[in-house]
Amino acid sequence: MLWSVILLSLQVSGLALFFAAFIGVPFGAWLALTRFRGRSIILAVLYTFMGLPPVVVGLMVYLLLSQTGPFAQLQWLFTTNAMVMAQAVISTPIVAGTVMAAVSGVEPDLRRQLLSLGATPLRAMWDVVFEARFGVLLALVAGFGRNISEVGAVMLVGGNIEGFTRVLTTAIVLETRQGKFDLAVSLGLVLLGLSFLVNGLLLILQTRTNGIWRAV
Amino acid sequence: MNTQIFSLKSILATTLFSAALALSSCAAPAPTAAPTPAAPPANMTLATTTSTNDTGLLAAILPDFERQYNAKVKVIAVGTGQALKLGEDGNADVVLVHARAQEDDFVAKGFGINRRDVMVNDFIIVGPTADPAKVKGEALAAPALRKIAEAKANFASRGDNSGTNTKEKDLWKISAVTPISSTTGWYYAVGQGMGETLTFANEKAAYTLTDRGTWLAQKNRLPNLSIIVGGEKVVQNTDPALQNPYGVIPVNPAKHPNIKANLAEQFAVWITSPATKQKIALFGVEEFGQALFRPL
Repeated sequence: MLWSVILLSLQVSGLALFFAAFIGVPFGAWLALTRFRGRSIILAVLYTFMGLPPVVVGLMVYLLLSQTGPFAQLQWLFTTNAMVMAQAVISTPIVAGTVMAAVSGVEPDLRRQLLSLGATPLRAMWDVVFEARFGVLLALVAGFGRNISEVGAVMLVGGNIEGFTRVLTTAIVLETRQGKFDLAVSLGLVLLGLSFLVNGLLLILQTRTNGIWRAV
Repeated sequence: MNTQIFSLKSILATTLFSAALALSSCAAPAPTAAPTPAAPPANMTLATTTSTNDTGLLAAILPDFERQYNAKVKVIAVGTGQALKLGEDGNADVVLVHARAQEDDFVAKGFGINRRDVMVNDFIIVGPTADPAKVKGEALAAPALRKIAEAKANFASRGDNSGTNTKEKDLWKISAVTPISSTTGWYYAVGQGMGETLTFANEKAAYTLTDRGTWLAQKNRLPNLSIIVGGEKVVQNTDPALQNPYGVIPVNPAKHPNIKANLAEQFAVWITSPATKQKIALFGVEEFGQALFRPL
């Protein structure tokens, strides 16, 4: 029972982080390296979305997927798909914003030198992002932390259904409501430990793969 | 410039505020010398189940108590399990719940004193209007549940050890269907309140057990569901197993000295008084065309 809840928490938040990184990392890098009219407006919107209340995102996703919503056909409401969708929406701005800040901090001459040495713009962008890899890792850590600790959205769109959509945070809410505080606290500790493990893994991965990054 | 506007605003606000203060002090001339003329209301915490709060019953009757006893009642509406736990830990002064066995246990362990019957409402089984398990016509809950299980039709359970959830588990026991768990693929333990569970049932075309009060208060937003067992009115509900008695229990001050024992006892006396009983009996008639609770 407990293991399936832990596994589901990891699955949902990990998958959501994957989508958030898939969109957020390139978008953040592009925002950092490109200048155009209206960029500051996009930045203001991005910063605002970094603080999106999860419960509001949950509400939006709920309305989209509900039987009366435009995407009712998907039959996603009260499934893990809906939870991944909500968490991806929540963490994408955080990943994008943090990547943007990190890439902006890279010496601007580097990109110019790379370009003048004949690198394609994409290749130059990759190398600049590589220079900002600690910031990119931080973006992933922040995104994952936000996902795994989030409760408002997954409660709304997942429904906290035992064996289907119950994750650690919603299980904690349930146990607290029942007055089983000892179990709730234990689950909270499991959640903390899990976060610690994942972040440790990311850090190890980051130091180990420096060579791989270099090789690409 | 900005600061100027700000200060103008704050001056205006201060003026308005002091004017309001002056007015309100004028309006309170205190002609009848009450024993405690300007005493601030005493706070009392009531731990209760979601059904008493979500139906609007408490909002309708509590102001009378607050006026009579110069009290402010803080309502914590949770499942019966947590409501009793709040009392057990001394975080509430009085509990109003509906799970007789757990209530008796609460009193037997010395956490509460002098439980009194307050009122009764009833449970009903609601489900998809199309009734895929062909349950309609069943007067009793247990055989109805058996049919749902045999048809493997979706069933939404509160799954939170609330009074309603406890009742549901008892009914499954009577129906002799075992085991009931999420592994069946059609039984969903939602682990949330009645409102959320009804929402789930409405979205997923599932049957569920609900108290009639919450159903009546929320049925307008549940277009896919209708009453399957229990009848349209309380009097049509012929299954004694679906009756749902509420009890009031003041928390024992011997366990927790900080409990507002006097106020809690006054509350228990007040909610079981003939005048309050009459209010309870009339609650819902205007809005729903029928009473939601029957005082005991």
